[in-house]
Amino acid sequence: MTTTPPRLALPSYRRDHDSHPPLDSPEYRSTSLRHPKQPLVLLPHLLTEVTGPVLGPGRIGELDHDLTRQHDGEPIGQRIVVHGRVLDGDGRPVPDSLVEIWQANAAGRYRHTGDRWPAPLDPNFDGVGRTVTDSRGRYEFVTVKPGAYPWRNHDNAWRPAHIHFSLFGRAFTQRLVTQMYFPDDPLFFQDPIYNSVPEAARPRMVSRFDLARTRPEWALAFEFDIVLRGSAATPFEEEDEDDEH
Amino acid sequence: MTSTDLPTTPSQTVGPFLHIGLVWDDGPHVVPEGTPGGVWLRGRVFDGAGEPIADALVETWQADPDGRFDHPDDPRGPVPGWRGFGRCDTVAGSYAIHTVVPGPVPGPGGTTQAPHLDVSVFARGMLHRVVTRVYFPEHADAHADDPVLRSVPEDRRHTLVATRVDDGYRFDVRLQGDGETVFFDV
Repeated sequence: MTTTPPRLALPSYRRDHDSHPPLDSPEYRSTSLRHPKQPLVLLPHLLTEVTGPVLGPGRIGELDHDLTRQHDGEPIGQRIVVHGRVLDGDGRPVPDSLVEIWQANAAGRYRHTGDRWPAPLDPNFDGVGRTVTDSRGRYEFVTVKPGAYPWRNHDNAWRPAHIHFSLFGRAFTQRLVTQMYFPDDPLFFQDPIYNSVPEAARPRMVSRFDLARTRPEWALAFEFDIVLRGSAATPFEEEDEDDEH
Repeated sequence: MTSTDLPTTPSQTVGPFLHIGLVWDDGPHVVPEGTPGGVWLRGRVFDGAGEPIADALVETWQADPDGRFDHPDDPRGPVPGWRGFGRCDTVAGSYAIHTVVPGPVPGPGGTTQAPHLDVSVFARGMLHRVVTRVYFPEHADAHADDPVLRSVPEDRRHTLVATRVDDGYRFDVRLQGDGETVFFDV
């Protein structure tokens, strides 16, 4: 029949359980019915897992990275530049990778029919942005600082201000959805979503105020580098080592 | 070898309003309607109480009908123009992806994997995505030799196999409880 396929030299990616929250996190009540109870089955990194969708510039429009210019008027709120690099765990930039963000407006309300928090909607703010990392893995958005908002997880529960980030990396194993927080937010201590993450890893979700990238008399700036999984030290199958650097 | 070992940014939930940020008009179309061999993969995502989840997102990733990917790490070379990616939020608990059945994909040590899709499910109340695979019922012979299916307890393998329906396949995801879907640690 068919000839034996050539042996594959595939990259593999380090597992990173110490970084991530447990799916069962009782303080965050909605996890209770939404976490698997059976043990996960270890999936080796085969061809489907080391590849991933290549979603380049074709997915974005001209103003998708600037959430303050998507309408005729400017949104209300403190203008901010959010920028950083997307890296893998080996410190290599991840270029040409789609970055998607979504967030509440300055009053803490999302433009979503399901958001019942009675803060004003802003007709000039959708709270949705997209961009693609450049050749050095850099990205930049212009937006407004989102407000905190209440939710019903526990008595007097408030979400700290945050921006949702979605990243693809270059492999199925690198897919990541996270949230970017702001420095010194007074609401961290009572937020079970932020605190679901191992304590040592929490600061990696907090952006850094960046005076150098502020735009004078116009916008504050925050830097947020995002690290996706790096390669495993031992390739899955070693043959014809032709590492590209 | 690089010596840098940067710790990963932690995962967080997509929250209840993922629909504003993660939904594309053409997201459910891995291939356009009218594509020869096009099928719908439909299903629902259920929580531990058996209720369909209205704020979940299903993403699929797969090879083309020849078992190849448009990706630089496919050692056989990329297949330009093959997106291979689908995403659909759950509307009233249901998702639908329009695609074609992938071909068999090379596995470790000269083996072959049965045709499959990799699937990520995101939702409010899930701090990290869960990952599963969809296999197709007409490849039962290949399933017996599939290196991933063989690693799954036999009495749970059926949770990874879609069922045939008129216009394609049905694949439900059960996050918890009776018939819990097999999820993978990737």
